[in-house]
Amino acid sequence: MIIDHPLLGPRDSQEFVLLGDASLLNRPDWQAENAGHAFYEYQYLRDNPAGAHRELWYHEMGDRSWLVVTRDTVTHEVLKVELAADVTSGMASGVAAGRRPK
Amino acid sequence: MGLNGGYSGFRILREGLSGNRGWRPAWRDPAPQPAYDFVIVGGGGHGLATAYYLASQFGEASVAVLEKGWIGGGNVGRNTTIIRSNYLLDGNQPFYEFSLKLWEGLEQDFNYNAMVSQRGVYNIFHSDAQRDAYRRRGNAMILHGADAELLDATQLRAECPFLNFDNARLPVMGALVQRRGGTVRHDAVAWGYARGADRRGVDIIQNCEVTGFRIQNGRCTGVETSRGFIAARKVGCAVAGNSSRVMQAAGMRLPIESHVLQAFVSEGLKPIIPGVVTYGGGHFYISQSDKGGLVFGGDIDMYNSYAQRGNLPVIEDVCEGGMTLMPMIGRARMVRMWGGIMDMSMDGSPIIDRTHIDGLYFNGGWCYGGFKATPASGWCFAHLLATDTPHETATAYRMDRFERGFMIDEKGSGAQPNQH
Repeated sequence: MIIDHPLLGPRDSQEFVLLGDASLLNRPDWQAENAGHAFYEYQYLRDNPAGAHRELWYHEMGDRSWLVVTRDTVTHEVLKVELAADVTSGMASGVAAGRRPK
Repeated sequence: MGLNGGYSGFRILREGLSGNRGWRPAWRDPAPQPAYDFVIVGGGGHGLATAYYLASQFGEASVAVLEKGWIGGGNVGRNTTIIRSNYLLDGNQPFYEFSLKLWEGLEQDFNYNAMVSQRGVYNIFHSDAQRDAYRRRGNAMILHGADAELLDATQLRAECPFLNFDNARLPVMGALVQRRGGTVRHDAVAWGYARGADRRGVDIIQNCEVTGFRIQNGRCTGVETSRGFIAARKVGCAVAGNSSRVMQAAGMRLPIESHVLQAFVSEGLKPIIPGVVTYGGGHFYISQSDKGGLVFGGDIDMYNSYAQRGNLPVIEDVCEGGMTLMPMIGRARMVRMWGGIMDMSMDGSPIIDRTHIDGLYFNGGWCYGGFKATPASGWCFAHLLATDTPHETATAYRMDRFERGFMIDEKGSGAQPNQH
């Protein structure tokens, strides 16, 4: 698989490691009433879709940036690549490209 | 079963003398009934074994297995056929030892030649620390009634002289051996269970995809399928690889990611590898099939996938592991490779449990240890379905263990499915 890095251009996926579903960017509020349950769902439960999947990739053997890669899990086609920093700043300002908050 | 329908040496002789005209299909092709007591979703090894034990051990007469394609077309036909019970943790070892004991009696039990071959599993170690860890694992196995033996390099050299003993970085120092481990003809496992279940009255319904569950007042009353609604008193799902997709239809999110695991076969060679050999310096395991092909595999591809095929970097990684451990295989040509989809759970261990919906039961999360578990998985799932209590060897495989903090993490790598 080739991941088209927003800054570095097309890179072999071997240079990256995968962390998992990009929902891991949406950390629950630890002070909330139901924080225990929310963290259980955050840490352990996954949508695990067959099709488009937003996931966190780390460019370990490159510029050490975190990317949000949208990839089709049925065809392995990479559909979209964003810097995770851009995604989280978007989330903070309310433009949220991230998934639904719990 | 009698001499007419059963398989035996006598039967082969008799059929041979009468032109082999007496053989019949090994299982029927029934149309689905409107209702069953038990509907098993998924006609793979685990689903067929569940149906078989429901009929044979728990006396249940009204059982159907629903399979969207053909039986045995999924992971039961895609694995590397290894059986063993060399686990460390209390939650796992009794279950896998139960499974190995069932393997030992399986062929007589279901009257089918599954080519169970207890040729031994050698886990190679390469350092003092790794030997200590394997010794501990071996002791845990023995304490749970399994067999384990620690070989030093001299003993191992007598059995596996082809290993790269003097590798400077990762010298071969010995192995933990489970002699009762080995390999099984995986397709025959599906066929044997299917035939055994069919003969006990189970309806095996192929080309019947479950598209949804009918849930009324928190109770599952049946399944919607591509061949119409089928009512059921209890529904058990054994669809590892696609668990998230199927259970999503019941509104559930699971502690599971789907990943692709590749396997490889070389051209046929003369007998050279005595048992199953696993590499301790990386992820590589190998055995030799009765046809002579080297059957080997290694890590999953590390990214979520439903594709049933992987990519080249992992192939390179697996072959490098093999070349480091046994350089002699470098001249063998690889002739086939394929991928299967694994339910990678959050702690690397499976789930056999009720769900929060009455009448709906779940079996999945087998990571890449599902094949060896087939008999015990079927037995324990049948036990749960028939009695509503977990089998004594499967009490730890609860769905809610992640929320309660009772993970069964053999590898100690945490909630990171691609690391298990």
